Amino acid sequence: MKERWTEVEPGAKDKQEEQFAIWLSGKGIPFESSEAERIYKERIGLLKDAIQLIKPPRRIPICPSPGFFPIGYAGSTVYEAMYDYGILVRIWEKYCNDFAPDAYNAPTSIVPGKVIDLLDFTLYKWPGHGVSKEQPYQFVEGDYMKAEEYQDLIDDPSGYFLRVYFPRIFGALKPFERMPLFPLIHEMPLVPPGIAPFGTPELQKALHNMMDAASEAIRWANRVRALNGSIMGKGYPTFSGGFSKAPFDVVGDSLRGTTGVMMDMYKHPDELLEACEKLTPFMVRAGVAAGKANGHPLIFIPLHKGADGFMSDKQFRTFYWPTLKKVIIGLVNEGLVPLLFAEGGYNSRLEGISDLPKGATVWWFDHTDMVRAKKTVGKVACIAGNVPLSLLCAGTEDEVKQYCKSLIDTVGRDGGFILSTGAGMEGAKPENVRAMINFSKEYGVCSKTIL
Amino acid sequence: MHERLVKAIVEMREAEAMGCVKELLDKGEDPLKIVEQCREAVEIVGSQFEKGEYFLPELIMAGHMLAEISHMVKPVFSKGLEVKRIGKVLMGTVQGDIHDIGKNIVTFLLDANGFEVMDIGIDNPPEKFVEAIRNFGPQVVGLSGLLTIAFDSMKKTIKAIEEAGLRNKVKIMIGGGQTSEKIKEYAGADAYGKDAMAGVLLAKQWVEEKGDEREMDRS
Repeated sequence: MKERWTEVEPGAKDKQEEQFAIWLSGKGIPFESSEAERIYKERIGLLKDAIQLIKPPRRIPICPSPGFFPIGYAGSTVYEAMYDYGILVRIWEKYCNDFAPDAYNAPTSIVPGKVIDLLDFTLYKWPGHGVSKEQPYQFVEGDYMKAEEYQDLIDDPSGYFLRVYFPRIFGALKPFERMPLFPLIHEMPLVPPGIAPFGTPELQKALHNMMDAASEAIRWANRVRALNGSIMGKGYPTFSGGFSKAPFDVVGDSLRGTTGVMMDMYKHPDELLEACEKLTPFMVRAGVAAGKANGHPLIFIPLHKGADGFMSDKQFRTFYWPTLKKVIIGLVNEGLVPLLFAEGGYNSRLEGISDLPKGATVWWFDHTDMVRAKKTVGKVACIAGNVPLSLLCAGTEDEVKQYCKSLIDTVGRDGGFILSTGAGMEGAKPENVRAMINFSKEYGVCSKTIL
Repeated sequence: MHERLVKAIVEMREAEAMGCVKELLDKGEDPLKIVEQCREAVEIVGSQFEKGEYFLPELIMAGHMLAEISHMVKPVFSKGLEVKRIGKVLMGTVQGDIHDIGKNIVTFLLDANGFEVMDIGIDNPPEKFVEAIRNFGPQVVGLSGLLTIAFDSMKKTIKAIEEAGLRNKVKIMIGGGQTSEKIKEYAGADAYGKDAMAGVLLAKQWVEEKGDEREMDRS
């Protein structure tokens, strides 16, 4: 197999500049006023300076992760936000208008309920479908791929997803089991038998289910796109323009499950490593495609199973990091900036992850020692974080300000830092969110030229 | 052979461990002895975890091997195994939260450290905890949760335990995800455990204190 994504290509820096320039241009955004456009560009400038590590930004950018917070804040339920797109739009506009973060997360994680209803999705429980209408959706742990199926995944990842995995996780797509093996359909006599399964009523019904769900997904996406236009038009950039994952997490989260993948490190180590390698090109392509389509450099990558406690450092360096690093390099080579969200603690990984090109990634931490992070990975990457959710939910405004002050004093003042929350801030007290943002904007000035 | 079994489990060599058990059973070995060896292995795995040598994969593998062995031993194993236990702990994830990896680690380590553990699983409403405290009579209750919605559930659970008149019968620890000292105060728990080992140490300390109190009552 061709060895790719091991080295940063010489043109990567120029491509990154181009990608930032596209983002900064604000092309196609219906700005409300020239002042809104100026603020939009100024905010992107703060992020660009924080990320590239060339000079400190004029002030530290403040980009909390809203999670489900805007929903409760607007007095709505998660159910309403997932099922009524009009309500979702009002919730998100209210959040941005009331708190004025330097970048906001588009509500793409508030998934349209009708779409997953139509597909009869089994991988999660969602409001009205396994959890109450007020609660966030939650993942259902399971081994959706059996250990003996590694070879099938390795032989043909897309075919495996289509014919084995989808029928398991989408009740409405069960007949996808009948899909033909596509590489066989390449000679004239092979066409009629090859396409025959598509003539069965079962598969046709399943395809119609998929089409109905897709039409709904487009209706939702159009509303979200219009919403994004409106929010960006007021001067708020989005915090990321695409999504990807660590190949190990694809296997560990959604295919084999936590228990499965942990045992596979002992019982099927070679298959696990090969599966991660096979999934790597998909993770690179997904991020590149989204980043280019949205004209945005940042690609959000939530990291799960490599956190402190989940595995030893040796296991991390053997199973988790090599293919994640390839995804990172693959994105960096296309001018993109991986926004790596290290959920949980990453204290034992800080040295291991420091082997990266300078000014090309953002590491967003939760329960990680930020001072140590600054001294290690902070030498090559912008770090972000980590106001604790427990403080935002149960603390006082003064405690929140004190925490932000300490972050800014210890790791923020000389640049390379984005102030954010440790995770999606559902349940936070609004006054604490306001205190975090307003205090840090004022206190986080890096140079005398005030924004 | 016994040492080989312990070593095979501790060093995560599943096939060898299963081979040992089969050989021992074929030779007519007392299944009780096999189970004792397994306990010894679990204790070593637990202490390796505590030392930071072992992590989640090893705990899960050890749990998996024990389940397999108990499956092999059960048919020839009629009488119950009495193991001396140092105390009882009730473990559960609170209402609204369906996460359990962290809780399972604590349960495993408590068991490896000699506790009798009742694990009531995920998404437990307050009344489930109250009922389990009544039926099981633990000295320690562990409330687990990953999401921020767990904060209020923990508070409600502890309130329900109070209202049921059981609060002074148990020590309550919380842990998982976004919990902290701050949330301990918010929920009204006795302690917060920042990781699985902290939970075990808290349980040990409380059970010893309770033991001392009982000694004092008697004298």
